[in-house]
Amino acid sequence: MAEVRLEQVEKRFGDVTAVTGIDLTIHDGEFVVLLGPTGAGKTTTLRLIAGLEKPDHGRVSIGGRDATPLSPMERNTAFVFQQYSLYPHLSVFDNLAFPLRSPARRVDEETIRHTVERVAKLLRIEQKLQNRATRLSGGEMQRVAIGRALVRSPSIYLMDEPLSSLDAKLRSELRLELKHIQQDLGATVLYVTHDQTEAMTMATRIGVLDHGRLVQIGSPREIYESPRNIYVATRLGMPSINLVPPSAFPAHPAPAGTRTIGARTEHVGIARANGGTHAKVEWIEHLGDQNHLHLAVGEHKLVTLVDPEVDLSVGDAIDIALRQPLYFGADGERIRG
Amino acid sequence: MAEIQVENLQKSFGDFAAVKDSNFVVENGEFFVLLGPSGCGKTTTLRMIAGLELPTSGRILLGGDDVTFKRAGERDIAFVFQLFALYPHMNVRKNIGFSLKCQGMPHAEINRRVEEAARILRIEHILDKSVSGLSGGDRQRVALGRAIVREPMCFLMDEPLGALDSEFRHLMCGELRGLHNRLKATTVYVTHDQVEAMSMADKIAVMNRGVIEQFGPPQEIYARPASMFVADFIGSPPMNFLHFHAGIARGAGETLLGDAVIRMPALHEDVAPRDLALGVRPEHIAFDDSSALRGSVYGSEYLGTTQIVTVNTPFGQVKARTKSTGEVRPGENVGLRLASSRLSLFDKQSGRAVRSALFEGAAHG
Repeated sequence: MAEVRLEQVEKRFGDVTAVTGIDLTIHDGEFVVLLGPTGAGKTTTLRLIAGLEKPDHGRVSIGGRDATPLSPMERNTAFVFQQYSLYPHLSVFDNLAFPLRSPARRVDEETIRHTVERVAKLLRIEQKLQNRATRLSGGEMQRVAIGRALVRSPSIYLMDEPLSSLDAKLRSELRLELKHIQQDLGATVLYVTHDQTEAMTMATRIGVLDHGRLVQIGSPREIYESPRNIYVATRLGMPSINLVPPSAFPAHPAPAGTRTIGARTEHVGIARANGGTHAKVEWIEHLGDQNHLHLAVGEHKLVTLVDPEVDLSVGDAIDIALRQPLYFGADGERIRG
Repeated sequence: MAEIQVENLQKSFGDFAAVKDSNFVVENGEFFVLLGPSGCGKTTTLRMIAGLELPTSGRILLGGDDVTFKRAGERDIAFVFQLFALYPHMNVRKNIGFSLKCQGMPHAEINRRVEEAARILRIEHILDKSVSGLSGGDRQRVALGRAIVREPMCFLMDEPLGALDSEFRHLMCGELRGLHNRLKATTVYVTHDQVEAMSMADKIAVMNRGVIEQFGPPQEIYARPASMFVADFIGSPPMNFLHFHAGIARGAGETLLGDAVIRMPALHEDVAPRDLALGVRPEHIAFDDSSALRGSVYGSEYLGTTQIVTVNTPFGQVKARTKSTGEVRPGENVGLRLASSRLSLFDKQSGRAVRSALFEGAAHG
């Protein structure tokens, strides 16, 4: 494993700037997740590190060495794609052994067998080694695809939405497993996704991308609790952060220049109406473990989480008090209150 | 608008029983969800209500009339498929009014109804646009508009949000339920997504292998699952099961899990020694160092307001949902305190819930 560093990396495709001014260091043993919507530059960043694209500007270094001129082979990265493209005519064992049997690597069969068995055990597919790759469930196939990366000892694992084609239940299982395997191996991982839950639950640090720029990077907690601007604030949190103008809460002392108040569930205190800022309960969405409370404050709507035990009904009047919410200026940037 | 009654409904395809002896009533104005995994019979049930499939036996009543063997066209219903099936060469107005035009309705009446539907759906501004340039959400609203203009007795919807990505899907759930609150039309909605079901339904029927395992309001199904299947299918993460072997007498309000005494709702039946599973929802597990029920932290998943902590115990792996303010470390040994009054007990062989005081409040749950 190795440290990977991007310095002022830019990549254009014709008139379209895919990524620009990217400065990012992925430390040895770190699990970094790049989060952003389609077209934010996530996959391009991975491909630039793998050597599948050449930057128009800037430098990629791997293990302290300038990798910009190196071929994908020389960079020795391992790529896991969204679509698990296994060899359908081969067994699980042979699929896993395939990268090691490359003529360029010259690994003896005994070592291959050991490595494949160790990885299969790690991924809990050791009983399936003799199965044909096509005779597996979706989750097992994706594990084999991840396993093909794990049998190697690359400089870094590059993963492009590897869980997005799986159903919700399997995705949540593999999230936890993948994080565990990464910690056990001390692996360096750069993982891209548009799924905020994957980012929050697996990352050591999350990098938030917007139109090819890295807007903020930090631990999940930092990004969630202390977003740099409105864009970052809306990337994380379910339900998503409430954005309202200060006029919705005239009694709340917002700092000068505040154009938007950002209020998450943690920032919204509610109580039975007693003369404060009035809100009306419009709808209570019961999701089992938690309820989403839909509130109307004048013409503005707010959604906040409440315990299922809270005794409220549609039409009830309540008071809202904001507790240290986030403030944003006219440019969308955060104002420290 | 109307009530739908389904009585002893069965459907077999050759040897395969797709729907077995189903009974339920959808009350007038209710939003009813048929929930289950693929192949459970939910879509077959919906198609029989629509008249697209004939039952092998049983009856279907629509507004009191027996429609079991009436053709689909003779039933006053609107069927909404995946909401993207629009006529690409027509504009929004023509797409919405198409079925009325086919009925030979006067032009002025069609216009009145289309504009009324557009107002309800808040899409007046796109009526004269082509459907090909619309966003996913707007296409879906147009497809709904086509059902609304017919002013049917009820709406039948088959996974209408299936093609949307998850965050947008949740937004559309809110919109669909808001629409239902305005129209108050009897609606039967089929989905495999428990979050959709929980957030929209007045009542849910959970189906598994052609059988309705449980029928009731969402909160009741969540809090008092009738079977392990339902307990596992609803909730994210689903209900945890602690596996143990014991015999417990009727009236008992506690059991032993290893050395730990676990208090639980008093049983209403005798349980002879057998394999059992104690069911506990993630939010009903708290960390308490004084508890004798112990486990080792496998991992934690930060979710902002809350976190999910996975703990390996001698009775199986459990996931706890706690406030994200307390941090835990992998490998840490922790004590678990379970919310006694909320626990379910299941007979593992049959999968059924053991009757207990938990079910006493069920009627008004």
